[in-house]
Amino acid sequence: MTTVTELASTTETPTPRQAYVSRPLTPKGVTKKVLVYVVLIAGAIPTLMPLVWLVRSSLMDASQIFISPPEWIPRPFAFDNFSGALTQVPFARYFANTLIIEAGTLAGTLFSCSIAAFSFARLRWRYKNIVFGILMTGVMLPYAVTLIPTFLFWQKIGAVDTYIPLILPHFFGTAVFNIFLLRQFFLSIPYELDESAYIDGATPWQVYWRIILPLSKPALAVVGIFTFLSTWNDYLGPLIYLNSSDKYTLAMGLASFQGTYNAQWGYLMAAAAVVLAPVIVLFAFAQKYFVEGITLTGLKG
Amino acid sequence: MAQQETRWGVLLALPAIIGFAAFTLIPMLASLVLSATNWTIGGTPSFVGVDNYVRMFTADPSFYKSLWATIYYTLGAVPLTMIVAFAVAMLLNIGVRGQSIFRVIYYLPAIVPIVANSMLWIWLFNPDFGLLNAATGAVGLPPSQWIFAEGSAIPSLILMSTWGFGNVAVIFLAGLQGVPRHLYEAISVDGGGAWRKFRHITLPMMTPTIFYSLVTGLIGSLQVFVQAAVMTEGGPNDATLFYSYYLYRTAFTNNEMGYASALAWILFLVIMIITVVLFKNSNRWVYYEAGDAR
Repeated sequence: MTTVTELASTTETPTPRQAYVSRPLTPKGVTKKVLVYVVLIAGAIPTLMPLVWLVRSSLMDASQIFISPPEWIPRPFAFDNFSGALTQVPFARYFANTLIIEAGTLAGTLFSCSIAAFSFARLRWRYKNIVFGILMTGVMLPYAVTLIPTFLFWQKIGAVDTYIPLILPHFFGTAVFNIFLLRQFFLSIPYELDESAYIDGATPWQVYWRIILPLSKPALAVVGIFTFLSTWNDYLGPLIYLNSSDKYTLAMGLASFQGTYNAQWGYLMAAAAVVLAPVIVLFAFAQKYFVEGITLTGLKG
Repeated sequence: MAQQETRWGVLLALPAIIGFAAFTLIPMLASLVLSATNWTIGGTPSFVGVDNYVRMFTADPSFYKSLWATIYYTLGAVPLTMIVAFAVAMLLNIGVRGQSIFRVIYYLPAIVPIVANSMLWIWLFNPDFGLLNAATGAVGLPPSQWIFAEGSAIPSLILMSTWGFGNVAVIFLAGLQGVPRHLYEAISVDGGGAWRKFRHITLPMMTPTIFYSLVTGLIGSLQVFVQAAVMTEGGPNDATLFYSYYLYRTAFTNNEMGYASALAWILFLVIMIITVVLFKNSNRWVYYEAGDAR
């Protein structure tokens, strides 16, 4: 639990640089450093190569893309792969559809998970810990075990081929791990803040809205980013619930594109790059939260 | 005040409680009931007892095939990803200049959306014009059919999965940075070398992180779906008929909701047994600092 409670402080104080700065370098130390660099760079090449391949393929015309051994610089830069891919399939439509689902899941998850976490972390009521424990059993449950009855239920009430099955559950805290994560963060906020507010006559809702939420922006950002990514990446949900192609998400659209435009690799890679681009942009601006989020989810012990 | 607190407490937790009942507990029990029927969409269901389970174990070669494909994939992907991630995290933790740039580079593959990633790797695996055969050719290795041949399909998908090791590496790096420096200094004072530091400090201190990555890695990997659905459609010759994909096809292509529910429960039991066994054994090798409740 310690790592989670330290989140607030670690965001402000960067990890101190290792002691190598002050330690005098011995010849052995220099050799070691050089060796580490060589290995790190050698490892970075195969790590980056597939992404470079994605970009170069997305910019090559059909004649150059099939040259063997492969070339790396597009001659000419075939930007029309992008316009071609984006007009042959209604990607703008898919993008808008995805954003609708994103807005729903983000609002639902942030709201329902934060109020539940507030209740479990800051309010006293009987059986609270038992209820919390039961909710948390959902974390390890494989999705397959609830998939079929849930699908039959949505089908029964006629909600298949709408966004309701993809959005509505998020308003009921079904992403339970986020409740856990936010609760851990809320637990680290001093209780004196709540107490003095209650003395001044505040209600629990006011404490949640005016004190706890404003202090929890880093944790909410982490939850928001990871919710955004899981919705962006979701393939099974749209695959099961959406039938009409005008309702497809980007992930769905991309997968169906592959079936239709088989072997038009320039187009396919351009389309894949378009789906990847927003994630890269998000990462560039919120790298800190990515790293924090992974660390938090990874070190919950 | 106490009354008000209870009222608000229950009220604010209520959506999550309803959600758990409606989208987890009831569907879970319903799928257990469904698994004892021959439910198909549009058909009249009847109760068949344990017939679905009997069929699975005695008369369904695809069940064994999908179970094996999933286990094979998991046994390759999880350890390999963890070893690569650990090695990279150790290198990054040495603290060379540019550490944060290397961290970004190694993490980047992990953020590629899974469908985009699948498309990219179909193209990388292309036997005639793909990058991988160009690379193996350049170092004098024979070309491979990668995901397009029965024998190499799963190893290829393991390779693809290992490429996304950055998530685990970031977790390991955070764990390594949390190891107290004074422990290493104690070994240095005693004249111990790098190996002893690794063996007696790093490894024991990292066991909780390793344990967590192992559990989540196994659970995630046993549910692998998209690669089969988008890249291989379970082929060639059912070599990549992953369990979740077989379940999906049973339910949504063949409409056999009852049988698919039985498949889902077996997957659930397999995952639960593995998790329980791992947790039971964890006190033998996972080191928790004194004061930690567990």
